[in-house]
Amino acid sequence: MVENEYETHEFDVIVIGAGGAGLRAAIESSAQGARTALICKSLFGKAHTVMAEGGIAAALGNVYPEDNWKVHFRDTMRGGKFLNNWRMAQLHAQEAPTRVLELEEWGALFDRTEDGHILQRDFGGHRYARLAHVGDRTGLEMIRTLQQRAVRQGIDVFMECTIMRLLTDGDRLSGALAYWRESGKFVVFKAKAIVLATGGIGKTYKITSNSWEYTGDGHSLALWAGADLIDMEFVQFHPTGMVWPPSVRGILVTEGVRGDGGTLKNAQGERFMFKYIPELYRAETAETAEEADRWFTDRSAARRTPDLLPRDEVARAINSEVKAGRGSPHGGVFLDIATRRDPEYIKRRLPSMYHQFKELAGVDITQEPMEVGPTCHYAMGGVRVDADTEAATIQGLYAAGEVAGGMHGANRLGGNSLSDLLVFGQRAGLAAARYALGLTGGVRIDAHQVETLAREALEPFERSDGENPYAIHQDLQECMQSLVGIIRIEGELKQAVDKIVALEDRAKKVRVEGHRQYNPGWHLALDLKSLLAVSKCITLAALERKESRGGHTRDDYPKSDPHFAKINVVLRQKKDQLGVAQEPLPEMPEDLRQLLEEKK
Amino acid sequence: MAASEYTMRIWRGDASGGAFCDYRVSVEPGMVVLDAIHRVQATQANDLAVRWNCKAGKCGSCSAEVNGRPRLTCMTRMELFPPGETITVTPMRTFPLIRDLVTDVSFNFGTAKQVPPFQPKPKEPDGTYRMQQEDIDRVQEFHKCIECFLCQNVCHVIRDHPEHKKHFAGPRMFVRYAALEMHPLDTDNRLELLKEKMGLELCNITKCCTEVCPESIHITDNAIIPLKERVVDAYYDPLARVFRKLTGTR
Ligand SMILES: Cc1cc2nc3c(=O)[nH]c(=O)nc-3n(C[C@H](O)[C@H](O)[C@H](O)COP(=O)(O)OP(=O)(O)OC[C@H]3O[C@@H](n4cnc5c(N)ncnc54)[C@H](O)[C@@H]3O)c2cc1C
Ligand code: SF4
Ligand code: SF4
Ligand code: FES
Repeated sequence: MVENEYETHEFDVIVIGAGGAGLRAAIESSAQGARTALICKSLFGKAHTVMAEGGIAAALGNVYPEDNWKVHFRDTMRGGKFLNNWRMAQLHAQEAPTRVLELEEWGALFDRTEDGHILQRDFGGHRYARLAHVGDRTGLEMIRTLQQRAVRQGIDVFMECTIMRLLTDGDRLSGALAYWRESGKFVVFKAKAIVLATGGIGKTYKITSNSWEYTGDGHSLALWAGADLIDMEFVQFHPTGMVWPPSVRGILVTEGVRGDGGTLKNAQGERFMFKYIPELYRAETAETAEEADRWFTDRSAARRTPDLLPRDEVARAINSEVKAGRGSPHGGVFLDIATRRDPEYIKRRLPSMYHQFKELAGVDITQEPMEVGPTCHYAMGGVRVDADTEAATIQGLYAAGEVAGGMHGANRLGGNSLSDLLVFGQRAGLAAARYALGLTGGVRIDAHQVETLAREALEPFERSDGENPYAIHQDLQECMQSLVGIIRIEGELKQAVDKIVALEDRAKKVRVEGHRQYNPGWHLALDLKSLLAVSKCITLAALERKESRGGHTRDDYPKSDPHFAKINVVLRQKKDQLGVAQEPLPEMPEDLRQLLEEKK
Repeated sequence: MAASEYTMRIWRGDASGGAFCDYRVSVEPGMVVLDAIHRVQATQANDLAVRWNCKAGKCGSCSAEVNGRPRLTCMTRMELFPPGETITVTPMRTFPLIRDLVTDVSFNFGTAKQVPPFQPKPKEPDGTYRMQQEDIDRVQEFHKCIECFLCQNVCHVIRDHPEHKKHFAGPRMFVRYAALEMHPLDTDNRLELLKEKMGLELCNITKCCTEVCPESIHITDNAIIPLKERVVDAYYDPLARVFRKLTGTR
């Protein structure tokens, strides 16, 4: 049998995913002396992290010396509507500055302040200018720096190699099964510990800022291996994606545009965000355009602009404006920086936005407003982990970065992802290496399990008729976009569950043409499994949370509910049965709770 | 706005051979070449191999040759071509073909491994580094590189003389070396390596690399020529002035 032929590699630790989180984890694991492999679906250096624009949040205090980890912690918890794992939010705020400085030590060059320190920019929900950045291409700087560090450490990289399943020996994790994109051949990785760093789920939606890689693989791998997922109902719709032309719909417009002075307007030219200031932010948000504009230069006498409220608030506001008929010609709103900053400043601060609009939309953002609207951007939910070690709920499995849940609660603040990758990537790599090095005896691969999975994976080639995987993917995206989008309601969510079940049946009969060598149709056919699994998780969790909070808005339960303020929705698969449970949030210690009360 | 019809003539095949296939696609305003390829893939040829990630010119995955010109397919708008025209898309020519539009770019990852890493000087007493923006502007230009490898693809030293691959790092890597050599914190010196092993001298400043760089990095003027000058200064000092005169640089 062809599927019998596979190569085997053995490591102490394998890290699945080579974005910021995976790279940082692998660097740490190898520094601890563990034999470490880094595996990724795309070429090395092309992970999502490369697309990150605005910056890395870290309370360095270079621009505002008043800033410190406590304020960052408070901002993060408020942005997350207090649903965050408090311990993760604390570690993140405390360790982000060290991790950013470490990047500089490894060769990264951030934009500078007058006195030669790392410059920081304003972003939504952050009290102080806090984002270390390089123009609007911060992710590129971060991934190259880490990539080069990983090369220096001689870490084994397996690129264009996709993990399909985690393997178990009894109830112990023993490795993973993958295929090479180039040849279509199978690969078995034997490993004592596995770090998931696979990123997000955006490709389940039609309008998204995410790339083809975001099919929820890590979420699904964990679920299928028996680990818990939490907070899956919280999907972040970034308020500003491109809306025109149709082929670029969803591509991100960085929050940095608003951080650097851009403002949102409706078709009547009104700066509408002033109408949408929520109670929690009222005391610290400007009430007039004049005050908002003054804030950019004078923090002591003016309050921050509502254009920089957290993303969930801004996305909902845009949604309401468009619904009320005050949208732009192509169903978005206007984002104007042209009338507010001079062309030189715009080109220097936002070079790739300038380029992107010029090339793709024929719009000169130094002269005209942009048209923007919400786009699916980030998964707050993910693998449930221990805050200090990123250990998942099954032994030997770790998760860091976007695939992990808890850190961002109900809504992530901009800039808090890149810092999250570094802080928890490092911690996951450390814990995984220690665990693997402390384990005595080898792991065993169950050949029967490998063969069964391999055979299953090749079935789409054998069917003489069956469906086109692209058609199924498109139908799933339509379903998630229209029924499990920004505003949700029970009837539609139930409809979505039925549709997903029907799509699962269709996916079982999918057929692909051609052969195994670099065949995107086949790759998508395999990805459908994880796309459908995470879609189901998102929808079931959204049904369970009968309230509105952060990235989850229910039309039938428009208010936040104190009951759900103390609850994580947990998804767990046992013997092919997907279960949904409500479990209590970890209790926050009193001293941290007080930080949230303080006005400063 | 109305859709127009185009013919996409796409190279299909692998290392053992192949042929062009024509696909008719309808194209709406704003679509880029990569969108048209994806449309072919979703509706007519599910197994058509193409690399992409960001679809916004940020990752450098989607390089190919469109009507013979090396480009990022995700940043090449269909409106560039008159409606009804046949648009030919071929894989990058310099790298071995894997399948259809996908090539084996591992050469570039190999040369990256040979670059001696960043060696920072000690930190300031407060544990951080101090740098002025004007001192890092140039290096930040080099850091814009998205590793699309289009420059490596067009450089004739590699393209016409594959045997040079063993001892020629190529424009992308010269940008990388320049970034390290001009980094205000770096303490290492890679000039001898560049001269002896990386084939810096094989570059005869044709600037083809600069012309195709989607990030508009001035590869030749800002990276390669200054590196050549540094090598000259270090190894052939008396000739330095003549060299500068010849290349018109300072
Ligand atoms: C356009 C854009 C701009 C952004 N800007 C910012 C910003 O300014 N600041 C900020 O903080 N955040 C930003 N974000 C969010 C942030 O970039 C991401 O959340 C973050 O980069 C995710 O990093 P990661 O390491 O978790 O995963 P990624 O960088 O996405 O890496 C995932 C890796 O997993 C691999 N992988 C996935 N599945 C498999 C599999 N089955 N087998 C093998 N490998 C697999 C992939 O190949 C990839 O290497 C932005 C996001 C986008 C889309
Ligand atoms: S300038 Fe040098 S590196 Fe660039 S294409 Fe010409 S020969 Fe190659
Ligand atoms: S230098 Fe320019 S052309 Fe060369 S790989 Fe980098 S971005 Fe591409
Ligand atoms: S797909 Fe990323 S540059 Fe084209």
